[in-house]
Amino acid sequence: MKKLDILVTGVGGQGVILSSDITVNVAMANGYDVKKTDTLGMAQRGGSVISHVRIGQRVWSPLIKEGEVDLLVAFEKLEAARWAHFLRPGAIAIVNNHALPPQSVNLGEAQYPSDEEITSILRRRSNNIYFVNGTSQAKELGNVRTLNMFMMGCISFFAPFKVHFWKDSISQRMPPATLQINIKAFNQGRRKIRDIHP
Amino acid sequence: MQAEVIEVIKLLSGNESLALGAYHAGVKVATSYPGTPSTEILKSIALFDDIYAEWSTNEKVAMEVAMGASYAGARSLVSMKHVGLNVAADPFMAISVTGVNAGMVVVCADDPGIHSSQNEQDNRYYAKLAKVPMLEPSDSQDAYELMSYAFNISEKFDTPVLMRTTTRISHSKSVVNVNRGRSVSATPSGFQRNVKKYVMLPGNARIRHPLVEERIAKLATYSETFPLNQIEWGERHLGVVTSGIAYQYAREVFPKASYLKLSMTYPLPQNLIRHFAAQVDKVIVIEELDPFLQENIRSMGIDVAGKEFIPMIGELNPNIVKEASYSAGLLDKTSPLQKTEPAKELPKRPPLLCPGCPHTGAFFVLSSIGQRLKLPGSRNKAPKESTLTITGDIGCYTLATYPPLCAMDTCACMGASIGQAMGMEKAGIGNKVIAVIGDSTFLHSGITPLVNAIYNGGQITVIILDNMTTAMTGHQEHPGTGISAQGKKTKAVKLEHLVKGIGINDIKVVDAFNIKAIRTAIKSSINNPELSVIIIRGSCTVHTPKRSEPLSINPEKCNQCGICLMLGCPAIQREDGHVHIDSTLCVGNACTLCQQICPQQAIVPQSNLEDTNSL
Repeated sequence: MKKLDILVTGVGGQGVILSSDITVNVAMANGYDVKKTDTLGMAQRGGSVISHVRIGQRVWSPLIKEGEVDLLVAFEKLEAARWAHFLRPGAIAIVNNHALPPQSVNLGEAQYPSDEEITSILRRRSNNIYFVNGTSQAKELGNVRTLNMFMMGCISFFAPFKVHFWKDSISQRMPPATLQINIKAFNQGRRKIRDIHP
Repeated sequence: MQAEVIEVIKLLSGNESLALGAYHAGVKVATSYPGTPSTEILKSIALFDDIYAEWSTNEKVAMEVAMGASYAGARSLVSMKHVGLNVAADPFMAISVTGVNAGMVVVCADDPGIHSSQNEQDNRYYAKLAKVPMLEPSDSQDAYELMSYAFNISEKFDTPVLMRTTTRISHSKSVVNVNRGRSVSATPSGFQRNVKKYVMLPGNARIRHPLVEERIAKLATYSETFPLNQIEWGERHLGVVTSGIAYQYAREVFPKASYLKLSMTYPLPQNLIRHFAAQVDKVIVIEELDPFLQENIRSMGIDVAGKEFIPMIGELNPNIVKEASYSAGLLDKTSPLQKTEPAKELPKRPPLLCPGCPHTGAFFVLSSIGQRLKLPGSRNKAPKESTLTITGDIGCYTLATYPPLCAMDTCACMGASIGQAMGMEKAGIGNKVIAVIGDSTFLHSGITPLVNAIYNGGQITVIILDNMTTAMTGHQEHPGTGISAQGKKTKAVKLEHLVKGIGINDIKVVDAFNIKAIRTAIKSSINNPELSVIIIRGSCTVHTPKRSEPLSINPEKCNQCGICLMLGCPAIQREDGHVHIDSTLCVGNACTLCQQICPQQAIVPQSNLEDTNSL
């Protein structure tokens, strides 16, 4: 593999940064040069979060150029549309089919985009869009916080690293008490993409 | 003493690398006040228990503690964000004059792009102002390695060293080859009385000044052979002079050019720059923020372009550098930019106060007393003129500026709220002026303006929002928490005692989750012509999570009035015209603010509702 540039986006508190941390660890364990950088606002919760993950033989900038993202992973639908212009033409977008309306929408000052609008914004760059029900599957598993593991399972399907690297890296980061449910969520995410991948 | 050398490959952030580099360089005392993007430097170094690390009350104090440690023969590190160096500028200028005993490194982390700051400021000018050497890492490996150079330079040249990073260096992770162990230098002696060096009476300071000028001249010579000022030859038609994160962006945009990568950016290696410039057809400077390198190189008589096309405002990124270079004709027209504009008119998602935040209740009350609340849908009804002026300060609570709370009118710099309130009152504003400040910010620089207000007969009300942590930067301890940076129990400063001690009579302490009590306290303080202080206390919900059964809205009782939405709580959402509470976000009994303000009493614990349904 020459390079893999992944943009992970979501809302503060969804676990975006942990999943991008684990992803770079896996790539590093596979001998790649890696850089990662997060852009988050000034608060603990609720704002847009973007994490740039760069994997390659030699990586210079930690920020990915617009139009060069190979894999966009959105933990929230609106955040997928917001960063769609970063996609390389024909790249892959994995979108958690879940809406967290921003305050302006709650206050009736803005409209949350429809699914059709979100899809058409993504389609300007690529048709390889995978909608997954990460939040509802994580809830069914018993803990909505396992969404990040589910989404990482989705990422793992498209990254050329063996599954045991992911599981090792997850077990290094997660407390033993929650390891089992987190691995389950990871497996579900990976399976989900396998099922819908043409 | 040389510890065993273990070579390990690690993935580290710039801040972690600076901490590890300093640790390996034998630092004994590390000080800081939290500030994005610098916070994790002290946080990482505090984990080593064979050094002393402290969260100081503010950056000025942090600098002075580090200074004392250096005088006494211990290598010291002080770290802060860019505006922290404004606070610490006085001792920084002073230690430039006295010089050091053991090495002292000052890390300042600039925030281009204003991710989490009140301004965009290029602190490289501080090196020139204070006449101290400056180093700038371009990634985590540099950060780790430069730290050891920094301490050696400090001791060799009798000077503090400024290590300048930026958000993108501090917060990016990259691979670091850790090739040293901790070694504690035995060279510096303990404190030796030397009034000509350490007591800056005018007569002594006059003796020191020429030494400072000599020092910077010697450093300029040293800079010529500094091993991390490197030329990387490529094609000779374009030569790029660059430093810091801009180097990485430049490498992406001009993969074949020649580079002069500067890690020591003050004083500059003039001969090296001339040598480089003479061997390429065209020289450009790629740097973030101000034309610091460009101006200095131009003053050497070398004509370099840079800020004519590279923006001076905001954070750079590879796209900006590429587009700027393209428009300046430096890039081949055959390498088109693959661009789609960002989707327009998507609702923005600014950060919010968290569900269960102890600040929300206070701002809801301020907003309602000040007649700022606007019910959803009442677009055409302009609120009556506000009867309160609220000066604000730096912390998570600055977010209360946004709708729906709209409960903050100013925010300038740490501790400014109290002085500003005093100034407004003395200017005869008419409205009652309330200053709102967090606990950590109050202890940082709110005490002196409060002393000023009592001394000069201020009639303002000061609200201290005490969430018992430094929340915005990631929950650091402070003097009010009674726990040190290294987790040791220490003496806690009690805010109410402190405030009483300076002579304030009207002091109220109120529970942050009791709307009625907050309203009563604020109304009473407003009506008191004396200076008053209200401490609104409740622990940060992210720091000490107290999740209990979430609340829920009974749809039969709810008339969709939208008053609960006025809290701005992220857990309360409206979809398809119906208000509901997201049970995964609500903290339940630990908060209950929405339950307290609901006129229909429609908000109840989730299980109550399920019971009713099953009946």
